[in-house]
Formats: sequence, C-alpha cells, structure tokens
Amino acid sequence: MNQLDATFAALADPTRRAILARLIEGEASVMELAEPFAMSQPSISKHLKVLESAGLISRGRDAQRRPCRLEAKPLAEANDWLERYRKIWEGNFQRLDALLGAMQANKTAGDAEQ
Amino acid sequence: MSTTTLPGSTVATLTVTTPSDREVQITRVFDAPRPMVFDCWTVPELLKSWLHGPDGWRLAICEIDLRVGGATRYVWQHRDGRSMGMSGAYREIVRPSRLVATELFDEDWTGGETVGTVIFAEQTGKTLLTQTVLYASSAARDSALGTGMTSGMAQSYAQLDAYLTSLQDAAKGAA
Repeated sequence: MNQLDATFAALADPTRRAILARLIEGEASVMELAEPFAMSQPSISKHLKVLESAGLISRGRDAQRRPCRLEAKPLAEANDWLERYRKIWEGNFQRLDALLGAMQANKTAGDAEQ
Repeated sequence: MSTTTLPGSTVATLTVTTPSDREVQITRVFDAPRPMVFDCWTVPELLKSWLHGPDGWRLAICEIDLRVGGATRYVWQHRDGRSMGMSGAYREIVRPSRLVATELFDEDWTGGETVGTVIFAEQTGKTLLTQTVLYASSAARDSALGTGMTSGMAQSYAQLDAYLTSLQDAAKGAA
C-alpha cells in the first residue's frame, strides 16, 4: 500500500477518526483515549496500531505512558488529493452557473420584447 | 454508500460519492430549467464556455453528433501548449432528462473506455444533475481518481473530504 492508500484505509473507521479528532487537541495516552469510547484499552490499542503504521500518529518514548500525537502531513496530503478532484468540477460548474444565468437573462429579455 | 455534502461553494453544493467500486458520482443543483441545462451539456458552443477542467486548460475543440451512435470529440489545450483529447459516442439521448455516452481519452489514462450517464431531474424549477462515470474496472476507477486504492473499499471520498476539512478547520481554530 502506498501512503495515500494507507491513509484512506486507516480513516475508513469511525473510531479511528474520532481518535484523530481528539489528538488535534493535543497528545494523549491510551487510557485517556479509551475514556470516551465504550471500548477496552486493548481494542483502542489495535486502532492505534493501524493509525501508527499508516503514519497518522506517532507514539512517545515514555515507556509507561507512550503518549500518542497526530502526524499532520499524511492527512494534509489526502485532503489535497480530494480537493483537486472536487475543484476541477466545482470550477466547471461555477462557469456553468454563470452561463445559465446569462442564458436566462437573455431569455427574459427576449420574452419581454415579444 | 454514504453521501456527504461538501463544504465549499455557497451558491450550490457539489457532492462526490462512489456508489459502487467501478463508479464515481457527482450531484449538483443548477438554478435553471432542465432543457437549458441539458443544452449546456450537448451544444458545442455552450460546452466551450464552461467545460475547461483544471486551471490552465480550456476546451478548444468540441464536436458533437447528437444522435444515438453519433460521435463526440473533445480536445483540451493547456496554456503551455499541451493538449488532451477524448472521443466517444452517444448511447442514449432523452432531452431534457438523460444522456448516456461512452468516453475514451487518447492516452487512455482511465484504463479503458468509461460510460458517462447524466440525469437531469426537475426540482421545483431548478435542475438536479447527477453525473455517474462507470469505469472499466475498479482498478481503472481507482487509478483515474489518483490512488491505487484496493477494490472493495467503496469509500465515500466526499465523506472523508468533509471530515478532513473539518479536522483542518479545527486544527486552525486550535492554533
């Protein structure tokens, strides 16, 4: 899997997205991350492993606590990719909006003359 | 399949979803009656004023034989001189509600012919447009979308897009 594939695969799970949203506020231990979820620490740890191998988070060295922190770069790359696709069509459609507006104005003017 | 409205234009919202592992679907509402929107998709002079694609490109050549089996030819040119051509043929034409056409880029970067279906639905004087592109295979769709995403992962890019945007906004807010 390349980086983008790994990012999207990791983001496919709602718990992992919630974990990332929590980490935007700052680093947290497994225990702190498990708190809001009705989930055991081992299940949270599994999700953290997926996020870590996708490069979306890193773990601190502190052997006891091993705090998790967000790695922003892969997320930003995934977002850039989606933005490109959306922007192409949004650009096309905004031009189409303008064209339709002009056509309707012409039609109204034409109808008024008759 | 899930659908999420994307943040962005305040005029109208564009949604992008993947209804199956071979398709990408875009929906958008236009503030104009159906026949007018339909014509904008089938009359070359009209298409040449909006279907330019990414920044720097413009639709320079557009030839359309608007009959079932009739050929289409589109050529985009970049301001740096590059060009990109696409040929196709109409399979269904029902003005003002439905268009189905095959499409193939000259360089075939979509991994085989695609089939585009555009549905124009009446919505209280406005037009709800649904454009679905069916790729030759899930691998072809994924590579056309820019990733080597594994098949069977019918993930909504739009959902992720909205989510990631909200993450970024939240991060900016926190900074």
